[in-house]
Amino acid sequence: MTLEAFADTIIPGEKRWPGDRAVAGAAPGGGAVAAGAIELLEWDATGISGGLGDFARALNEHALAYAAQHGIALEEDVPPFVALDHAGRTALVALLTAPGHPEKDLWVSLALFSNMAYDSAAHLSTADALAAGHPGLTAMGVTRPGADGLWRFPAYSYGRPLADLHPDTTPSGSPA
Amino acid sequence: MSSPERTDVLVVGSGFGGSITAYHLAAGGAKVVILERGPWLKSDDFEHDFKLGSSYTRAFDFVVGDGMSVLGGNCVGGGSVVYFAAMPRAPRFVFERRGSINRRMWPAAVSRDTLDPWYDRVAESIPITHQGWEDATYAGGLWAAACRHAGRTANPVPAAVDREKCVNCNWMMAGCRFDAKQSLLLNYLPAALAHGAEIRPLHEVQRIERTDDGGYRVHYSVVDDEDYRITAGDGAIDAKIVILAAGAGATPVILQRSEAGLGPMPHAVGRYFSGNGERLNTAVLNEDRVREVLGLDRGDGLAYAANQIGKGPTVANWDRLDGSLPEYTRYSLEQLYFPPGLGTILAQAPGANPGWFGVGKKEMLKRWQSWLIIFQMIEDDNEGVFGPPPARGNADRLSQQMLGIGRLSYKPTANTLRAWEMADADVKDILERDGLATVTPWTNDLVGAYTVHPLASCRIGDDPHTSALDDRHELRGHPGIFVTDGSAVPGALTVNPAMTIAALAERAVPGIVQAARERGVEVTYGAPAPDGSTAGRRGVTTLIPELTRR
Repeated sequence: MTLEAFADTIIPGEKRWPGDRAVAGAAPGGGAVAAGAIELLEWDATGISGGLGDFARALNEHALAYAAQHGIALEEDVPPFVALDHAGRTALVALLTAPGHPEKDLWVSLALFSNMAYDSAAHLSTADALAAGHPGLTAMGVTRPGADGLWRFPAYSYGRPLADLHPDTTPSGSPA
Repeated sequence: MSSPERTDVLVVGSGFGGSITAYHLAAGGAKVVILERGPWLKSDDFEHDFKLGSSYTRAFDFVVGDGMSVLGGNCVGGGSVVYFAAMPRAPRFVFERRGSINRRMWPAAVSRDTLDPWYDRVAESIPITHQGWEDATYAGGLWAAACRHAGRTANPVPAAVDREKCVNCNWMMAGCRFDAKQSLLLNYLPAALAHGAEIRPLHEVQRIERTDDGGYRVHYSVVDDEDYRITAGDGAIDAKIVILAAGAGATPVILQRSEAGLGPMPHAVGRYFSGNGERLNTAVLNEDRVREVLGLDRGDGLAYAANQIGKGPTVANWDRLDGSLPEYTRYSLEQLYFPPGLGTILAQAPGANPGWFGVGKKEMLKRWQSWLIIFQMIEDDNEGVFGPPPARGNADRLSQQMLGIGRLSYKPTANTLRAWEMADADVKDILERDGLATVTPWTNDLVGAYTVHPLASCRIGDDPHTSALDDRHELRGHPGIFVTDGSAVPGALTVNPAMTIAALAERAVPGIVQAARERGVEVTYGAPAPDGSTAGRRGVTTLIPELTRR
């Protein structure tokens, strides 16, 4: 739940059901969680799957400290990071990933994979993800490949001169 | 212990620096073995897929450093397999650069004039298309039109792409499925194999030591085909000549690790690293304004919305490539494509805080098809330094492929920061005119600056204090070891460097042949281009005596 809330902070999405706590509902449409962030994070190919429990524990400790510092009373029925509202989660993630934070590299790598779940579906075959309506690739407008799984774009150019060439261009087409 | 295998020439890495030298030495009669740390992928292996484990993550490495992250090839063919195939020659003024230490960075023997015949040799060996406007993609055309609207020029970029085969899929970073990109897998490497060179993939060189007979022993680990974090045994090969071409992010690391077995390294090994001054901006276009202001229309109802379509960079603005301007104010601005994942995480939503994640970023991603990425190549200050090497390779690998933590530290100087600021302002001026787009630079706060063209970490020069190699690419104090990859290039080039790396590798060959002959290897210089063409060879004839002097 804590890591879902983290991924949802990176690319926010709509609540999956009424009362969804991990996903804050800060943006319409599916976000990183619906895109499969947890599935990607839990895949050992990423190299961070073994440390996810520690990530969640550390994130909740940071959330407790953040709440104490800002006089925020956290509900106790969910982990502390989940209990933060979207603005609080965002502010804390910004702190943890800022230059100079001693654990920055860890949080950046977690953010990187959360982001990749949404904008490249790195845990799925891209063609399959598109066919299944993957929320990130679909929202970005990534087109579907051909029947052989490959992309081809027969139309690709305006096909006419659109600027003057640099006057010093050499015959090879390079700068002088 | 049984005595190791022996060869005449051991080449480390199979990118431009390794393939070109391996071809010429094998064609000249030497026994050549190439060790490549990455896999050997063929055309059919190149997938259109972002899934971890596809060719997209197998073929290159992303190494995070302190202040600079480096993307580099990790497969047979090296950078040529994953690069965008832009092949411009470096402008004349680059060779006269002095840098902030105010000494000529390049050897006196190398200028645009003396390098042009070597550029010609490369152009004869790797088919390079002098692209016209009909080759410029929508993204390139848009950049050209915006440049013209702002009173600037713009040029289609020469590229090693076969326009008949290219389908504009924009999957170049995963390797070209259609053999349109003229990677080394299609020219120098098959020619080297035909002359008896051997390529051993998944062999990661760790260190080199001297042997009693004046040669070298090269130690390697065998890397697992799927999970690069795992090795399956070690080995060694003895060679009379060693050519290091592991890339500017790895060559100095191998040398640093070899100090115990080789003796002290020149001061410049692992110093003076340049990221080729690279930085990226993302513009989000207003489609209506593209139509109204620039008069662009794809003919299918869309003005642009074509970020996904193309073949990497096709058009560049070269107005600042002017030798009369002061150093650190000269740069090119090139339209580029970067795929999602690596190409989106660092982009910042205009006016949003935070910029790189959150609600604003998600909104920006919705308009991904209307993105235009502009690539700046400024003159940086060679401020990168490598720390002590990791246990193995050039990084502590985090993921099974692609992602690792390296030892490069890069703290941009005021010169570099000012140049980026100037280039940022220029891109903004061109693309935000009349409401065409909103432009933001990629953040450097997450993984530092970011380069796809690492250079200069083991560079040529005339000054022994600031160059690791002499002007013939031989490692100072270690005769018989040559470096021919991007690490030999003295500094930022203000354009894509592949053509210059390749030309320097061609130029290094006569000196390496001579060194090999002095070590008893029966080898001669003078092979034609891989396809048998000979005009390039004739063009360099008069330059050979200077390169083989002692």
